[in-house]
Amino acid sequence: MGVLRSPAVDQVALEERAAALGKRSIKKDAKVAGIRLAISMCDLTTLEGKDSPGKVRQLCAKALRPDPEDPSVPSVAAVCVYSDLVAAAKGALAGSDVKVASVSTAFPSGRSPLPVKLADVRRAVGAGADEIDMVIDRGAFLAGAYRRVSDEIAATKEACTRRNGPPVRLKVILETGELETYDNVRRASDLAIAAGADFIKTSTGKVSPAATPAVTLCMLEAIRDHWLATGVKVGMKPAGGIRTSKQALHYLVIVKETLGADWLTPDLFRFGASALLNDLLMQLRKERTGRYRSDEEFTKD
Amino acid sequence: MAKETSRSRAHPPGGVTPDFEGVWEYVPAPESTSHVRIEPRYGLFIGGRFVPAKSGKTFDTIEPATEQKLAEVAEAGEADVDAAVRAAERAYEKVWRRMPGKERGKYVYRLARMLQEKAREFAVLETRNGGKPIKESRDLDVPLAAAHFFYYAGWADKLDYAFPGRKARPLGVAGQVIPWNFPLLMAAWKVAPALAAGNTCVLKPAETTPLTALHLAKLVEEADLPPGVVNVVTGAGATGAALVSHPKVRKVAFTGSTEVGKRIQRALAGTGKRLTLELGGKAANIVFADAPIDQAVEGIVNGIYFNQGHVCCAGSRLLVEESVHDLVVRKLAHRIRTLRLGDPLDKNTDVGAINSKAQLEKIRELVDSGVADGAVLTQAPCRLPVKGFWFPPSFFTNVAQSMRIASEEIFGPVLAIQTFRTPEEAVEKANNTMYGLSAGVWTDKGSKIFHVSRKLRAGVVWANTYNKFDPTSPFGGYKESGFGREGGLHGLQAYLEPV
Repeated sequence: MGVLRSPAVDQVALEERAAALGKRSIKKDAKVAGIRLAISMCDLTTLEGKDSPGKVRQLCAKALRPDPEDPSVPSVAAVCVYSDLVAAAKGALAGSDVKVASVSTAFPSGRSPLPVKLADVRRAVGAGADEIDMVIDRGAFLAGAYRRVSDEIAATKEACTRRNGPPVRLKVILETGELETYDNVRRASDLAIAAGADFIKTSTGKVSPAATPAVTLCMLEAIRDHWLATGVKVGMKPAGGIRTSKQALHYLVIVKETLGADWLTPDLFRFGASALLNDLLMQLRKERTGRYRSDEEFTKD
Repeated sequence: MAKETSRSRAHPPGGVTPDFEGVWEYVPAPESTSHVRIEPRYGLFIGGRFVPAKSGKTFDTIEPATEQKLAEVAEAGEADVDAAVRAAERAYEKVWRRMPGKERGKYVYRLARMLQEKAREFAVLETRNGGKPIKESRDLDVPLAAAHFFYYAGWADKLDYAFPGRKARPLGVAGQVIPWNFPLLMAAWKVAPALAAGNTCVLKPAETTPLTALHLAKLVEEADLPPGVVNVVTGAGATGAALVSHPKVRKVAFTGSTEVGKRIQRALAGTGKRLTLELGGKAANIVFADAPIDQAVEGIVNGIYFNQGHVCCAGSRLLVEESVHDLVVRKLAHRIRTLRLGDPLDKNTDVGAINSKAQLEKIRELVDSGVADGAVLTQAPCRLPVKGFWFPPSFFTNVAQSMRIASEEIFGPVLAIQTFRTPEEAVEKANNTMYGLSAGVWTDKGSKIFHVSRKLRAGVVWANTYNKFDPTSPFGGYKESGFGREGGLHGLQAYLEPV
């Protein structure tokens, strides 16, 4: 990696643009299509200390068939768990296209020595994870140790290689809530992309603020500049704080009008969320039947 | 950051191009119009009543997006204008100038509130009659018009404290002639300070867009303003000429073309009437290499494609530092593909209809001249509706300072892009125009903003933003962009004289 020069980001204008895209009126067929797309982009997530194999298996069942009443509803993109539960998830999802993503590298704080972080990654990869969601060392980033952050990403990328079988995709979590400024977010995005990220991701979900439309737009602009310069497509995953269909559609509008149709696919855009899926299902059913249903009709797991 | 190597001005967009249409499309989302009643025929609003023109003459007003007739509007002749001015004078002498400021303020506040209550009606009317996207009339024109009434209402009982050490008094009857690009907003800019300061007024809306002014007159009627305090006379140039040259008019405020502004100033020479003119512009939007580029591109888009470029302070000349020219042009070429042109009533429309056939012809003529002069034209590949007046978002590269597209006001969605190498060159090019209404500066360096904007001969300079308006902020031009300020305390001063 050479000298990295990131363009400046203007906070006021960036937030204004992100908010303006939230004013698109998405109704009827466009709403239904958008919700179905959003469902297919969900990384259904459980990241709690009390997670168990049983809980993960339930989540996987939901991931495969989000709405048992309506088989036309697509499966979600992936299930996202801690590395020790990858095997359980993998077993429950065997034979399907639903991926297993594992958070690792001493998620969520990233405060462990590099060998420990890499051991975490190898364990998940060894258990069959399709995707690794790593966290950057925010302390190092804010201290200006960009090389160290970059080297860690590169080392993690290397730990993601699997001799036989498809490549493991690396998502790099910037934890934008801790980086605070858009200039930092932009620099971290450029740095992660240059170091080999397949996806860049806003947040762990453990820090507030998590994903916002503006921070997502800022990261999509970094992805766009990389694409324009190299032709290489990097994915984007906003995570945390996205709970409603209206929010999800706002994000899809931002993607559509920033990067276009190429990114409107689970291969390049994901939602990291747990509560979002049920609202998407509820809105979809409402569009189909014209009525809202009790949220008790949708399984919590 | 994307690296740009070869300079290929003739073919700005190169390499990958985003596909903004596939996979997921929005469906039409038209604003409902059922709550807006457009009368088949509108009279003149004189002395608190709607009356036909004495000659009985009318003209049609249309919807530029469909070319369909919306209503017939009375055409005021000299006798009608005279009646309106006399009604205004009577109201001034008998009621309005004597009324305590506190009471006057209540009426202005009432207009502000009623305008807010009927915001949707006014937004739909503005969009249908003028062609501008509903999202702009809904989010900018109408709320900002109401904000002007609110702001000036607050001054009505504080005039004695507006200018420290001096008292001020109103002027009398104000003759106000407004343009077609922001019909309601311009009416608010004129009427609100006039009323708050204790003047009465006769307003002449543009020939192509009389409807919101006439509905504002209905609001004046409903708000129970004393008859004659606000009068609205509709018509074309002759009506406006009769108004500004009427001997009982004490103050003239005009917003429109430089050509007509000059004629008005000549007509008023020696009459002692007070005059403010807000005329054309050819604003430079200056983008330095260290600017937040993606946000600057948004500012360029907002600067020139907002309201189809029918904006006197539009950023119609882009001056971009040579080292980032190709990058900015490439991003702009991509960005204009996402602009949605079409039905102005659709909530997702970004670019609406050109206001009139005459304006469309003027835009076409100037664009043709640019092509003939050797500039390179890039246009958004949008499909234009068959009926109505439309022009796609466009920009020119390879533009020389001597070309007409770089010096004349196009007043359409057409940007002329030039380059500069140093800040001095940027300032020189920005100021090398007959106009001086507005400018934009984009840089991440605060000191550069102050260094450059101090040297720009423009009434408004926006830094890292564009087309931002607020009732508390004065607005107006240098040179052939006119004189006098509207908005803020300066705008109030234009309707008062010190005693």
